[in-house]
Amino acid sequence: MDSALRFDGVSCTFISRDDPGQRYTAVRDVSLTVGAGEFVSVVGPTGCGKSTLLNMAAGLLTPSSGTVSVFGQPLAGLNAKAGYMFQAESLMPWRTALGNVMAGLEFRGAADAKAQAGDWLRRVGLGGFGDRYPHQLSGGMRKRVSLAQTLALDPDIILMDEPFSALDIQTRQLMENEVLALWAAKKKAVLFITHDLDEAIAMSDRVVCLSAGPGSHPIGEFRIDLERPRDVAEVRATPRFVELHQAIWSVLRDEVVKGYQQQLAA
Amino acid sequence: MWKFIKPRPGNLRAWQLGLLVAIFVLWHVLTAPGLVRPFLFDNDRQAAFFFGEPLKIFGRVWAWFVTGADIYHHLWITLQETVLAFGIGTAMGLGCGLWLALSPMAAAICEPYIKALNSMPRVILAPIFAVWFGLGVASKVALGITLVFFIVFFNVYQGVKEVSPVVLANARMLGASRRQLLRHVYLPSATSWVFSSLHTSVGLAFVGAVVGEYLGSAEGVGYLILQAEGSFDINTVMAGILVLTAFALLLDAAVGWGERRLMKWQPKSGETEKL
Repeated sequence: MDSALRFDGVSCTFISRDDPGQRYTAVRDVSLTVGAGEFVSVVGPTGCGKSTLLNMAAGLLTPSSGTVSVFGQPLAGLNAKAGYMFQAESLMPWRTALGNVMAGLEFRGAADAKAQAGDWLRRVGLGGFGDRYPHQLSGGMRKRVSLAQTLALDPDIILMDEPFSALDIQTRQLMENEVLALWAAKKKAVLFITHDLDEAIAMSDRVVCLSAGPGSHPIGEFRIDLERPRDVAEVRATPRFVELHQAIWSVLRDEVVKGYQQQLAA
Repeated sequence: MWKFIKPRPGNLRAWQLGLLVAIFVLWHVLTAPGLVRPFLFDNDRQAAFFFGEPLKIFGRVWAWFVTGADIYHHLWITLQETVLAFGIGTAMGLGCGLWLALSPMAAAICEPYIKALNSMPRVILAPIFAVWFGLGVASKVALGITLVFFIVFFNVYQGVKEVSPVVLANARMLGASRRQLLRHVYLPSATSWVFSSLHTSVGLAFVGAVVGEYLGSAEGVGYLILQAEGSFDINTVMAGILVLTAFALLLDAAVGWGERRLMKWQPKSGETEKL
């Protein structure tokens, strides 16, 4: 399989602005590949540098060492082939839902931006909400607008940073199924960050476990051989799911405990 | 009886109006010659001389607007000065604020000078502007600009600095160029800060115009007040003040109307999240 996104021995060290002696290595020596059309999840304990990894893939952060390559080309500057769905609120509050979905198309000068954006809003089930401002939408609706905004540009690589962590469990499962359906139709490479192991297994082709920070690195990789198409709620009840969950959790557990104790000590 | 006139949201306007009437009645009773025995002054004419008489003041206003109809020209001049100072000052503040917020080095170089200019009492510039730009409209506009500029400037500067980094990163990932970031992210974000300062700056533009007229001019409401003061005509001075106050309220309402039109994307306090 061709690699869509590839990390080669990537490390990222942050230097404190006030005190240059203070350094923090978020990730160390990470090598990871996401194939074209593959759905890869990264799980790991809290504060292990998952978002750092994603920011490097997006080109928002430059790695301290190692290279990130996109379809074989070393990445310099922003990753134009990637769409990024952020964990925090990222919609422009001064644009309507439709305006937000349109934004990327408009920046690129697409002639039929409005029609395309309207299509995408309907696809995420918000056809009648185009004229609402973000503050007039619920949290789940805002996430769906974000999703439409990201997917409307038809990126070859989709980066998602705990996109549904702020949602309640029911909304979350609906959204997960929606994402899976949209992904199945287009088969893009997805790098999905989550702290929720259930979510990772239910959605991905492959799950990568990261060790606790600082200097976190992959400590295990699991191929998820569950049948597709999946329903995220139903797949959780299958024996194979439980088996995979146990296998991954046994690798992850010690790291989660370590990460938690580090936070307590700090 | 009290049950019906007790203050409540329903009769708020009536109470506000009542308070205004009460103030004018009190004013009239205390100043009209021969109505009450003078207790502060030596004779019953002095109160009217120092504080004016409401009835004569209203008569003056009536003459200005209806019978004489000669104030419109002066109001128009003052309005012109205010709007020009407000518009030019806001545009300059917006431009400089955006520029300095986006180029930290330029901001670092200019910082002490901006602080110095801002802390200088700018009203003393009025005589200099009168020398530079003459006694016409231009010198008043210049004074108004110096007052408006800094308010807008500091708000825009703050607004750009406080753009949410996530919204900014998202816009960049969506492919916004530097110019598009300016137009679609920095500017709207700064606008919300500018609007919160607009009520103050329109008031200051007005202050600049009137103070400028007062210090030297041949037309405008400030000039009318100056003329009346020269002949100790306290009623006309008070009438001028009343007209200016009403006018300032109108300007403020106009800004409020613009704000509601343009800032409808902002959540109003108390508005619940609609599904």
